[in-house]
Amino acid sequence: MSIHERLDATASGSPLAPPSVTPGRRARDRSRRGSAIGRTIIVAVVGLAAVSPLYWMLAVAFSSRAELLGGRELRLWPREVTFENFERVFASFPVATWFGNSVAIAVVVTLISVSTSLLAGYAFAQLRFRGSTALFFLALATLVLPVQVIMVSLFRIVTATGLYGTYWAVILPVSASAFGLFLARQFMLGIPRELIEAARLDGAGHVQTFLRVVLPLSKPLIAVLVFMSLLSSWNDFAWPLIALRENRLFTLPIGLLYLQGQFGSDYGATMAYALLNVVPIAIVFLVFQRYFVAGLARSGIK
Amino acid sequence: MADTAVARPGLSRPGRPERGERMRTRRPGARREALAAYGFLAPNYLLLLVFVLVPLVGAFFVSLQRTDGFGDGTFAGLDNYARLVGDPLFWRALGNTVLFTLLVTPLSMLLGLVAATLLNTALPVRPLWRSLLILPMAVSGVATALIGVLVFDQNSGILNRILTAVGLSPVTWQSDPVPAFATIVLATVWWRTGFNMLIYLAGLQGIGPDLYEAATLDGANRWQRFRNVTIPLLGPTSFFLVVLNVIFSFQVFDIVFVLTGGGPGGATSVLVTYAYETGFVTRDQGYAAAIGMVLFLFALVFAAAQYRASRTKDVVE
Repeated sequence: MSIHERLDATASGSPLAPPSVTPGRRARDRSRRGSAIGRTIIVAVVGLAAVSPLYWMLAVAFSSRAELLGGRELRLWPREVTFENFERVFASFPVATWFGNSVAIAVVVTLISVSTSLLAGYAFAQLRFRGSTALFFLALATLVLPVQVIMVSLFRIVTATGLYGTYWAVILPVSASAFGLFLARQFMLGIPRELIEAARLDGAGHVQTFLRVVLPLSKPLIAVLVFMSLLSSWNDFAWPLIALRENRLFTLPIGLLYLQGQFGSDYGATMAYALLNVVPIAIVFLVFQRYFVAGLARSGIK
Repeated sequence: MADTAVARPGLSRPGRPERGERMRTRRPGARREALAAYGFLAPNYLLLLVFVLVPLVGAFFVSLQRTDGFGDGTFAGLDNYARLVGDPLFWRALGNTVLFTLLVTPLSMLLGLVAATLLNTALPVRPLWRSLLILPMAVSGVATALIGVLVFDQNSGILNRILTAVGLSPVTWQSDPVPAFATIVLATVWWRTGFNMLIYLAGLQGIGPDLYEAATLDGANRWQRFRNVTIPLLGPTSFFLVVLNVIFSFQVFDIVFVLTGGGPGGATSVLVTYAYETGFVTRDQGYAAAIGMVLFLFALVFAAAQYRASRTKDVVE
């Protein structure tokens, strides 16, 4: 059952609708309709609060310099839609290169971190070995470690290994995801051990069992991991800020800060560029949200 | 299955339950299984070792050094930590971090819970509302902060324009400490509510309709059902979210760094921005590392305390 069906089933199911033909029914219908309207209003208000800053970003990006921010009167939309902010940004900065960098880095980080999380999650969930508890908590402890704590030494390592000045300087340090590992383990604890033992009895090795039995059962998990990894890598800021000092290697968020430094309070230009950062991942997000919720629910996050 | 009871975040014990004795009796294939396990772990832990654990140990050693910008420092024992105690900027950053955490965590969780509960009932165009509510989650921290700059700009920001238009006096969002602090809290709550809502939505799926039916038959009204069925059954979810939100809040950087830069006059300075500035701007790397270690220690102690609490609760249940 898809998540939507489940949500709908819960909703139209009983809390609201006991089948009854009692005299009070019409009154109750009316109050039920009234409360549905009340709930819709609350959700609409919260929803508007959530999107209005995004709307404002859009409006400023597509309006001429002074229109929304310069005049005396309050205006909430531009008289005329213009692309001049985008033209200005594209003319002054290698935006296409930065966009390409962001895509390349996000894809590679996702490939590495999803694979390593799946492999390690499987080991913790289904295999027995000495030191599993200690190793698991070691990884979990890194979840509370902000990169700024280790940035000085990490920078030295990246320089010493010759990674500095390449994409790998931002890819490798964020490719071992403690949260991904944790989710993978939680999800794989739910895979029946009998299935794995059956595969083993049929003569499959550990690797084969993983590839042929575990992975096909883990599709919802993989969807969540891919999505989270894309999102966090696409939006990553703290470490790239330190590791990427060359203009040609910038990702979109770093470019955004750089551009703001150059353009100062030229909000039209900054917002036009910010849109390029937000729109692609927002589309991915909206398209895949249902798999995301379903996968999370099955990873034992509940 | 013994493990199904354990499939809850944060509450579970790793490893197979019967581990201890089985290990000694040597199942056939146990050795191969262990070897395979280490193989499966190798890529993840190799990355972890080189890019997290070694730098962490490195940071600890740096924190014991007196550094003055370039080159290696000299060993100074616990001097940097002693310096922390008498550093008003550190205490301010610590206080701000705690206050920020105490404001953002309950606010964004409460909003997330309300939104998730409403979205879990019959509503017109529900997918639309859900999409709108989670959209901020997809925005990068930098973009969030820049939208914040745009909205909260004292002179040209939309918020002050609206306030003026309805006859109120504009707020000095950027130049006064309290409003500036409010901007980082508001921006973060906006950014994080969607995530909390998603996790709560996932949690709500685990509550069967039969419980609500039973409560309704017992005469519970909507509020009572929410208070006595939904809230207690979402306990593990809330617990998980508190842990994550506190950890995220302690690590706040992007939004503060870009939106206020820690200003005005350190009013919004938090531990991570203070550590960053000390390490990469004033280049006092030994001291920055000490700030970092203290921050890490706080977070670790908090996480461990939560884990213990969850285990005790498990036993009671």
